[in-house]
Order: sequence, then C-alpha cells, then structure tokens
Amino acid sequence: MWYCLPTHRVLGGRVERRARCVELLAESWQYILDNQDRFGEAVVVHLRLSIIALLAAIAIFFPIGVLASRSGRAGAALIGVVSAARVVPSLAVLFLLLPFFGLGERPALIALTLLAGPALVINTDAGLRNVDPVALESARGLGMNAFQVFTRVQLPLAVPVVIAGIRTASVEVIGSATLAAFIGAGGLGTFITSGLTLLDERLLLVGAIPVTLLTLGAESALGGLERRLTPPDAA
Amino acid sequence: MEASRADVANAAATIEFQAVVKHFGGESRAGVDGVSFTVDPGSLVVLLGPSGSGKTTLLKLVNRLYEPTSGVILINGEPSTAQPAPELRRRMGYVIQQAGLFPHYRVAENVAVVPKLLHWDKRRIRRRVDDLLDLVGLPPETYRDRYPAQLSGGEQQRVGLARALAAAPATLLMDEPFGALDAITRSRLQDELLRIHARFGQTILFVTHDIEEAVRLADQIVVMCEGKVVQYDSPLKIVMTPANEFVADLVGADDVLRRLSLVSVAAAMQPLAGEVVLAEAPTVPHSARMRTALGTLLESGAPRLLVVDDDAAPVGTLDLRAIQDASVPHVAGRSEQVAASLAESAR
Repeated sequence: MWYCLPTHRVLGGRVERRARCVELLAESWQYILDNQDRFGEAVVVHLRLSIIALLAAIAIFFPIGVLASRSGRAGAALIGVVSAARVVPSLAVLFLLLPFFGLGERPALIALTLLAGPALVINTDAGLRNVDPVALESARGLGMNAFQVFTRVQLPLAVPVVIAGIRTASVEVIGSATLAAFIGAGGLGTFITSGLTLLDERLLLVGAIPVTLLTLGAESALGGLERRLTPPDAA
Repeated sequence: MEASRADVANAAATIEFQAVVKHFGGESRAGVDGVSFTVDPGSLVVLLGPSGSGKTTLLKLVNRLYEPTSGVILINGEPSTAQPAPELRRRMGYVIQQAGLFPHYRVAENVAVVPKLLHWDKRRIRRRVDDLLDLVGLPPETYRDRYPAQLSGGEQQRVGLARALAAAPATLLMDEPFGALDAITRSRLQDELLRIHARFGQTILFVTHDIEEAVRLADQIVVMCEGKVVQYDSPLKIVMTPANEFVADLVGADDVLRRLSLVSVAAAMQPLAGEVVLAEAPTVPHSARMRTALGTLLESGAPRLLVVDDDAAPVGTLDLRAIQDASVPHVAGRSEQVAASLAESAR
C-alpha cells in the first residue's frame, strides 16, 4: 500500500512506483476474480457479523440510553463509566473475551456488540436530554400522557442524534469485524491476516479495500438517513 | 370556511381558586401563597405582576403542570383533580411565550395535535385545521405544509394560538404569549385575541408583566406580589384606585402621562345629559386613551372636547378638570397631602 503514498514519488523512480501500485491493484483484483467464492463468502460473513452485532447492540444499548436519560444522577454516572470504557481498544476486547467464550463467531459477535455500546448509549442519552424543554412542556400542556410525550415529541426530536450514534457504532463495528479473523470468525479480515503471515501485499488489499468501502457506504447511508430525519431549519 | 360556533365554543368555564398554596421544595417562600378568587365564565382575566410574583405558577396549577401543595381549584364546580391531568389539559388551550411548536411537525400537524389525541377522524381534523388557520389570519394553502422554523415569531405564535383553540376549549391559558414579539406584531396579536374572545367567549387566563397589555386586554386584572393576590379589579379601578403602594408603583400611578395613557376617555368623560352640544368643539373617540385627549385639547386650545362613539355620535364631554381627575390616583393609605401635591404637579 505504501507504494501509493505521494511522498515516495518525489524520491525518484516515480514511474516505476506508480506502475507497481497499479500492478498491485490489478493483482488484487485478479485474486478476487480467481477466488470469487472465497471472497464472496468473506464479504457475507463480514456483513453478517457487523449487522447482527449492530442490531443486537441497538436492542440492548438503546434502552439503556433511554433509561440513562431519564434517571438524573445515576444516568450521568453510567455515562461516565461508558465513556471511560470507550478507551479499551477493540483488539483488547476481543482477546479479553477469549478465555470465556473461546474461538469462533460467537465471541466475535459478543465483542462487536460490546464495542458498539458506548456510542449508542452516549448518543441516545445526549439526544433525549437535549430536546428543547419548551417542546416537552407544551406537549404535556396540550394533554399528551408521558408515553405520548416520549414517542411523539421527545424521541422524534432526538432521532438524528441517535442515528449519529448508530453511524459511529457501525463504522466501529465494520472496522473491528476485520479483527474477528484473529479469533477465527472469518470475514474480510482473513485476507489481511493471511496477507500479513505470507507477506503478501496483494492479499492485504483484498481485505482492506472492501472493508473501507463497506465502512464508507454505511457511513454515508446512515448520514443520509440522519439528514432526512432532522427537522428543517429556517429555509 | 367559517368555523361553526357550536364547534368552537363549549360553554365557557368558571374557575375558582380556594386557598391555593404551592410550595416548591428547597424554597423558603411559597410560590403561590393562599390565593382565592373566582374567574367568571367567559371573562378575560389577566394575571399581572413582576417576575417571581407567582403568576405563571398559578397558571400552571390550573392545568396541573404543577400540583398545589394545598387548596383546591374548581373548574365548573369540579375539582381539577377529578380526572386525569392529560384529559383535563385536552379541554384547556395552552399557549406559551416561545410558542412551543413541535419543530418536526408541519404547521397543520402542530394544530392537529389535540384533535388527534381526541381521536377525531381525518376529514374533520383537516377541515378544522384550515378553519383555525383562517381564524388566526394564516391562509391555509400557504401555511399548512410549512415547518415552524420557516415562520416568523409572530406567525409561530399565531399557530400556537390556533393549536390551543383546536378542540374548542372552554378555557384558554396563556403564559406571556406575546412577550417575545416586537411592538407592532404584539399589538396585532392582541387585537386578534380580543376578536377571537369576543366571538367565542372562552374563559381566558392571561399572564403578563406588561401593564399596558393588561389594561388593553383584561376584563379583570389580578395583581400578584410574592405569591399573593394584592388586588382583583377592573383595569380602570386598578389604575384609578390602586389598593396599595405596590400596585401604584406597578401601574406607574405617579407618572401622570403614563396614567393618562392607561385610562380610556369613555371612563373619565362627563356623559351628555340631553344638553345642546357645542358644534365648535374638537372631537375625540370614546375608545381613545386620555393621553390622546389631552394632546387634542392642548393642540386645539378649546375649553373642552366632544366625545363621540364609534358611529361619530356625541356621547359626552371632556374638559381639563376631568383630565386632571383622571391623572390623580387614589391610593389606599396615601395621605391627602401627597395626592394634592400630585394634583399640583399634574397642573
């Protein structure tokens, strides 16, 4: 990959390096064409890991975020703990779980679900807390009960921030799913691990580029959703 | 397009405060401290007082955004706690200063909030929304599909008013609704409110700290200070005979021109008693403020003015003596001497 970096170009041999870079990409592409089954399966596994982990995380951590936003001090304390937990690196989470859950897809899913947690809890809590209290008071004043105030006013107004949390979490999950290969869960990370072992740059790119594209795709899709669900500002 | 009257006005409510106290935890003084008075059905009562006087708290006790520490509020003779708070609130319009529109709802959806809570059918809601937007002076075709962020402050407040009126509430609670608007917009909306009130006759409780607004709108004014009701009277009485120094200060009783701008000509003139009218005298409309009358008198140099009604028919006369009388407050407990010196300075 480093052959593509522009700084290397000024060192001379510009033409060869650029040629090598193109060659490498072509070789990676050829590898994909030659191993369509393996590649296809890796993409499917990668997406399956990411999507299941993300959905599980939303199911678990969105409610926790809601509870945090509704319970003054305890909520604030919880958010502190969750923020602190965020600094634990993905790889560490993966290996910490190893003694308990062994190798394979299950521990990978658990780890990825946990990794998505902080972004979801923090954003859900912040989104709900920061809804304009005037809107909430007028909702109550007009005769909405507590459930209606939450579902019709507070949650819809917090949704953009919640989606931003899902976006952050999805980037984290799709990226970290690469590491799942280290504990034998498969996915696009397998190409990277074999590339590293075999010192085969071609394989590294077969893993890395699709992961990057998936991440960017998820990011922009959720970004679009976020914009669509944000109430319009002054036109 | 006219909303039918039956659809809009349920019978106006009577609201009765009985020794209502609201004490907030952690505060030494009660927010509302033993308030008792009765609001007649269909009247527009202004709660007037400086900030911290308890007027907003009192308003929120009516629709139970706050619950009283002790005392009872009777609505049509029934305690406000007789039914669940959300149901009580759906039958009371509520308008607040920042309008409090829901930014994710279009104008039509905002107005439709309470009818939806009451499970009206779609066609009825749609018709009702259009009628209400017409009523508050926002053409439905133009405004129905806009979002609050695309409206001016005045337009937002009109939508807020339409939303409060949506289910034809017998009671309207308004918490400094026009406080954040510029003077021209405010005065326009005050006119709209008076028009709507004249047409549908709801009972309205209106909170403000602005004495001019209070005098302009109120049938009765409740002056509040430190959680207590200091005076409950007609606007004229509040201005002419303040119950104590606090009320006198609030209405600016010592500022002659200010007082004259609060008292209407109709309240201070000598009614015509069948005598022949001086043809020469300059005229002043009976709805004008005394300040205007004084200006007209000084400008013309005439000894007195002829007061005419809306149809330009003469109804009374006004001379300098009458204007002087209107400029001197009768503050309870204030010595005659002070009143005399005030009269002196008025001259």
